[in-house]
Amino acid sequence: MAKAPQHPESLVERYGPNPSYTPSGGWQKGSEAPPDRLVKTHCCFCGQQCGIKLKVRENRVVGFEPWEEFPFNEGKLCPKGVKRYMQNEHPDRLLSPLMRAPSGDFREAKWDEALDFTAQSLRAIQEKHGKDAVAIYGGASLTSEKSYLLGKFARVALGTRHIDYNGRLCMVSAGTAYKMAFGVDRSPNPWSDIPKAHVVLVTGANVAECAPITTDYIWRMRDNGGKLIVIDPRMTPITRNADLYLPVRPGTDVALMLGLLHVVLRDNLTDPKFIADHTVGFEEVEASARPWTPHQTAELTGVPPDAIEKAARLFAGADRAIALHARGIEHQSKGVENVLSVINLCLATGNIGREGAGCMMITGQGNGQGGREHGQKCDQLPGQRSISDPAAREHVAKVWGITPDEMPQAGLSAMEIMEAIHRGEIKGLLSMCFNPLVSLPDSNYVREALEKLEFFGVVDFFLSETAHHADVVLAGSLQEEEEGIVCTAEGRVVHIQQAVTPPEGARNDWAIYVDLAKRLGKEKFFPYKAPREIFDELREASRGGPADYFGISYEKVDREMGVFWPCPTEDHPGTPRLFEGAKFFHKDGKARFLVTEYRPSGDPVDETHPIYLTTGRVVSHYLSGTQTRRIGALVDQYPVPRVEIHPRLAEACGIANENWVTVTTKRSAMTLQALVVKTIRPDTVFIPYHWAGLQSANQLTHRTLDPRSKIPEFKVSACRIEKAAAAPDWARDAKPPGRSQRAPKRELRVIQ
Amino acid sequence: MFGRQFFIDPSRCIGCEACVNACAECDNHRGESMIHLDFIDRRQTIATVPSVCMHCDDPTCAQVCPADAIKKTEDGVVQSSLKPRCISCSNCVLACPFGIPKVMVRQEQMMKCDMCYDRTSVGKKPMCATVCPSQALSYVPLEEILKGRREKPTNVFFFGKQKVTTKVYMMVPQTMDAVSVDVVDYMWEEQA
Repeated sequence: MAKAPQHPESLVERYGPNPSYTPSGGWQKGSEAPPDRLVKTHCCFCGQQCGIKLKVRENRVVGFEPWEEFPFNEGKLCPKGVKRYMQNEHPDRLLSPLMRAPSGDFREAKWDEALDFTAQSLRAIQEKHGKDAVAIYGGASLTSEKSYLLGKFARVALGTRHIDYNGRLCMVSAGTAYKMAFGVDRSPNPWSDIPKAHVVLVTGANVAECAPITTDYIWRMRDNGGKLIVIDPRMTPITRNADLYLPVRPGTDVALMLGLLHVVLRDNLTDPKFIADHTVGFEEVEASARPWTPHQTAELTGVPPDAIEKAARLFAGADRAIALHARGIEHQSKGVENVLSVINLCLATGNIGREGAGCMMITGQGNGQGGREHGQKCDQLPGQRSISDPAAREHVAKVWGITPDEMPQAGLSAMEIMEAIHRGEIKGLLSMCFNPLVSLPDSNYVREALEKLEFFGVVDFFLSETAHHADVVLAGSLQEEEEGIVCTAEGRVVHIQQAVTPPEGARNDWAIYVDLAKRLGKEKFFPYKAPREIFDELREASRGGPADYFGISYEKVDREMGVFWPCPTEDHPGTPRLFEGAKFFHKDGKARFLVTEYRPSGDPVDETHPIYLTTGRVVSHYLSGTQTRRIGALVDQYPVPRVEIHPRLAEACGIANENWVTVTTKRSAMTLQALVVKTIRPDTVFIPYHWAGLQSANQLTHRTLDPRSKIPEFKVSACRIEKAAAAPDWARDAKPPGRSQRAPKRELRVIQ
Repeated sequence: MFGRQFFIDPSRCIGCEACVNACAECDNHRGESMIHLDFIDRRQTIATVPSVCMHCDDPTCAQVCPADAIKKTEDGVVQSSLKPRCISCSNCVLACPFGIPKVMVRQEQMMKCDMCYDRTSVGKKPMCATVCPSQALSYVPLEEILKGRREKPTNVFFFGKQKVTTKVYMMVPQTMDAVSVDVVDYMWEEQA
């Protein structure tokens, strides 16, 4: 089936996204009656996993209290964290499985019918086309227990090698680079190191909007006398306090880092003892940086030579420097090399493995770290083990009760799975916690692929745009309805408490998979009665791997406000900072310098498409917006996407602020309103990506992948822009612009 | 209160509106936000400013209120208007030198930030200053701010010869003792 029903309007009416403005129980009641319980747990959104206390009354989440004792955020929350509780009792919530009626529209179904049909459909495809004709999609908002369960479900219950997850759009470039350079995939430093640095370099990271709590860590670094360097094609909010701002041209990050390294080498600002004692490969990298004089670098990157000199001297001149990076440099067809080039700078200056000195990835999704450690990544087994390592296969196979030969080999990555579906090689898909129609690049291609599926099953709590294509939708659970652990951006394992049970008609995600495994005849491998039992098995499976969780328990996490892995034994204190004493995870204990080269993007600008298009996030929305586009206050803050254009470019194109503008790439075109601002490079436009359909930025993006990490190049496309003849149809119903989108005020609010 | 003071540092603000959203979670006025968050001029800059009530020692809003509806508690917190007295005349809205009070049409009264009196009067921190991710709004002991920040706090403001002292502090450059926004404050004028 896999075609969306004929009348999407009726789907939207019932299943949303309908923004909710009233919390469970109403505004007033919350003030009048005290809650039954305050549940200490964590936000359901980003990788910072801020501590929060949910107010629970009569099995409903009715509000929140800041959790000031939790050390990472000390009560701080961004607007998403403040309003996250509004998902409970949301009118769009799926309260029954859905199946297709003969008309093609969705009908409510019984659980047994929906589960039987799902299992039968998957099995029928596998019998006819082979085990690898079905694939599993997971997501990095799932707890580690669920991530682990999905990996085992794919490999044991279905026996397919194709399982991957939406973290493929997030952390894989950083993870690949860190594994190559250091032998392990985790941010080496805890966040408490940031204020201790003398210089912090932020590259490709809109910290204020995507990791808001990190802002205060950076401000405290400045309070302590430290300097802030920001590298970004846009002046993001943290740039307001940057000591140095480098407006890099999209896609040229490797060159900029080579330029910085060139100055460091030229002026003898390296740490020769550290390089000699603790690294290999320096000479090759040294040679590769030689041609990148400040002038040469400036030509390509658009950053002035003197700013390159200053940045290099500031970073290398500090006793303790930290480089923070995120998707800006990672969402590129050379995402891994971009990260390696940042690592090279840190290694050359001896900034790693010490207090206040290091190279830190800012993990994006809620369980972006833990979700990639325990087996839903196509090439990894639990404990961050390689699926191609015979010893790892043997260990995990033993824990699972199968033979190593029965363990499938590495499968395709998320975008490659979609391409295999498009080619007709993969015919069945079961997806949880992933909205690829909004989040994968080239969404028209993704839609075509989804329509080719013979069977498509979705587990979710809201009906995402992708789920419109499903044959079966299984009503799953919200984050606060299921216990488990997640690992934060710091590498800190924290405990998600079950605050309430799922509403009648919806079920716990883990139980859905256990029931499916039973229907596939694999019951004995999935005997779990609760997430805790899955966690105990995960601990065994991770034991001895790089991400060793064996010494972690729910109780220890509660007692110690989180435990940093590796934690191999029950009396082990955990490891907040990796590589202390410059001991790296490679067998020889040394870090690797790795040569990086500048290459053009997979969609280079040319005469017909002369403008760079880059995409990203805004503070009030999260990823594909499945959750945040349903929370009224967050919708009002940024209701629809706008395209940011510098006045110089806008004038050249005859575009004024708030004009309707058509942005065209080689894939597609979309029309949206201009936000004319001086805070973006004049050769670049920016569109946030949280919306679906005709408002989706991913109609425009391209499918070029990094050859190693397989991350799509969301951050660099080529486009042209022109003033649109008319507003698109969807604009008729659009909400008024949010505060950050409004034209400048001409009058101040009664200030005398 | 309880050894802590309220500090505003606009230079730390990232415009995220966590304060705006959290304010609406305060039990005194649940569902209504009292915080002002301004994008100064989005075309030119990403700079933003949050404004909460400064809680003046001698509040201008109360001085100009014809209904005597605006009261200050003994611990120095200026409250929203008393509902039975407020006539929604907007005198306070016009007179406040900081532009804080709002006349809420639905409630038919002036409402404004009361420093989360339900929380701060029992030793908790206000919602906005607790959640603020960049600590542009903070509620901490004065010593902590004096020790830890680049800027220093002041609570003395001049609005054209009107000197206003406040309970809430504004973070200003180390070289500055008071904030003056009117040329008149810098002029020599013969005293009448």
